[in-house]
Amino acid sequence: MASIEREKPLKPSLRTPPAAAITAIKLLVFLLCLLPALQLLLGWQADTLGANPVETITHASGTWTLRLLLITLAVTPLRRLTGLHWLLRLRRMLGLFAFAWGLAHFATYLWLDQFFDWAAIAADILKRPFITVGFAALVLMLPLALTSNRLAVRRLGGRRWQALHRSTYAIAILGVVHFWWLVKADVLEPAIYALVLAALLGMRAWWRELERRRQLAAAVPQARGNGRVVRIVPK
Amino acid sequence: MLIKRPTDISPSEITPRSLFEQRRHFLLGASSALAGAALWAALPRSGHAASRLPAYAPSPFSTSEEKTPLKAVTTYNNFYEFGTDKSDPAENAGKMSVQPWTVRVEGLAGKPRTFGIEELLKLAPLEERIYRLRCVEGWSMVIPWVGLPLAALLKQVEPLGSAKYVEFVTHYDPAIMLRRPVLSWPYVEGLRLDEALHPLTLLAVGLYGDVLPNQNGAPVRLVVPWKYGFKSAKSIVAIRLVEKQPRTSWNRAAADEYGFYSNVNPEVAHPRWSQATERRIGELRKRPTLMFNGYGEQVAGLYQGMDLKANY
Ligand code: HEM
Repeated sequence: MASIEREKPLKPSLRTPPAAAITAIKLLVFLLCLLPALQLLLGWQADTLGANPVETITHASGTWTLRLLLITLAVTPLRRLTGLHWLLRLRRMLGLFAFAWGLAHFATYLWLDQFFDWAAIAADILKRPFITVGFAALVLMLPLALTSNRLAVRRLGGRRWQALHRSTYAIAILGVVHFWWLVKADVLEPAIYALVLAALLGMRAWWRELERRRQLAAAVPQARGNGRVVRIVPK
Repeated sequence: MLIKRPTDISPSEITPRSLFEQRRHFLLGASSALAGAALWAALPRSGHAASRLPAYAPSPFSTSEEKTPLKAVTTYNNFYEFGTDKSDPAENAGKMSVQPWTVRVEGLAGKPRTFGIEELLKLAPLEERIYRLRCVEGWSMVIPWVGLPLAALLKQVEPLGSAKYVEFVTHYDPAIMLRRPVLSWPYVEGLRLDEALHPLTLLAVGLYGDVLPNQNGAPVRLVVPWKYGFKSAKSIVAIRLVEKQPRTSWNRAAADEYGFYSNVNPEVAHPRWSQATERRIGELRKRPTLMFNGYGEQVAGLYQGMDLKANY
């Protein structure tokens, strides 16, 4: 950030878009995240959601929760690969939309699918592993949504905040497992999501490994012989 | 065997007005053209403009519940050979050519033989059977099938005493169907012989007064209304009388989830979801699922003394 500040009279480019462009991009992403909801709403009104509209909504909301989680997880690798650092400024909104779609998905289940049949809902959450896992994912998203503001980052401190928000990895894994376990026989779709997630997490693991080796190489001269543990600080 | 009428039908309802009208409508249509098999063979296989079935009569086994609209019945299907989304069969099943079509009836039979679809239609008077259909996934429909009792076909081949089960093999053409081994192809289903001979067990050739659309299992499929829908195999090419319980496709895919019997049973949950309730397509709220899908009075006797939790 600081280096960007110094090069002040910057020519706006893809890497350094002007503030107005960032605002416009944010607005666009905001609308894109809402678009499927509008489609579902209009489809419900017009009765074009197929023979089983409740199922259509459950599937659409679940799919968007998972997609947005993966898109959120793609921000860091994309930023690193492309050098487009401003992508980071979309991440909070993407994460919050993942949570919002998760809530919509859960609300669809509670209301349209189960009609608040609490006994059946409790039984599902306790007895059906795919529901248990989905529920766990949603519950884990709650603290992340609550600490997504600047104040929370300041209160927690960057490192603790980051550690907390790494649970996104677990949430995404739970989301894929939830999907995998709910299909009857055809695992093609969940397998595709699993592959994307594996790539996103794999890239992080690989970069961390590179970083570890780099630090190790730098630390070896001092560390050799005295048995000190080298602390690995993730970038 | 004494076959009771379903409890939800009072005698006065057996031939409701709408059915009369439908029949008259049909008879008018049929008499103005060639009735029967020739008609079946001669006409193109798309659209629902005119009925292409021989005459059929209403059945006392029909329910008087509101029928699921034709559009839902023909656009919301599980026919995995044509794709695993509900909308896939309606999109892709048109590629299947259903004539000529023959059904081999073989195995432990005194007179095994192959039937052309035209011959099948003449084995017994066709009936309209308005049945509830309960899918293992938790939704249901009410569908007016047209067909004949499977027993009428099986009688023709004279099952041997050693025949205990009936295996149904369905059409599989990798050129136009899913090649990924989502299930073991061709799709195989099975019934115990007494289930197959039960008067409710229907060999359906039509739906809503017309020939079966491809996505619903044209030209001939099984309908076993007291079992989950996947037991009712579509587009059947062979029926085998066998001694051992057939290895059915879903049972092979997940034996703990899809038992051989797969009778509709609200008390036996699928390992991943409850079967206590169902959503009738077209309705928002779920309704309780009935034991044997509401056909208990007719079929419970088949399972006397059996533990239905163990034999799910
Ligand atoms: C309270 C938590 C949740 C409950 C009760 C729940 C319940 C369900 C149900 C009932 C279905 C439909 C199953 C079927 O049609 O057989 C479903 C589908 C799905 N859910 Fe969830 N879910 C929850 C949380 C989540 C979360 C957090 C995610 C994402 C990370 C998610 C992603 C999905 C996906 C991707 C599908 C499948 C969509 C499709 O088939 O196209 N769910 N969920």
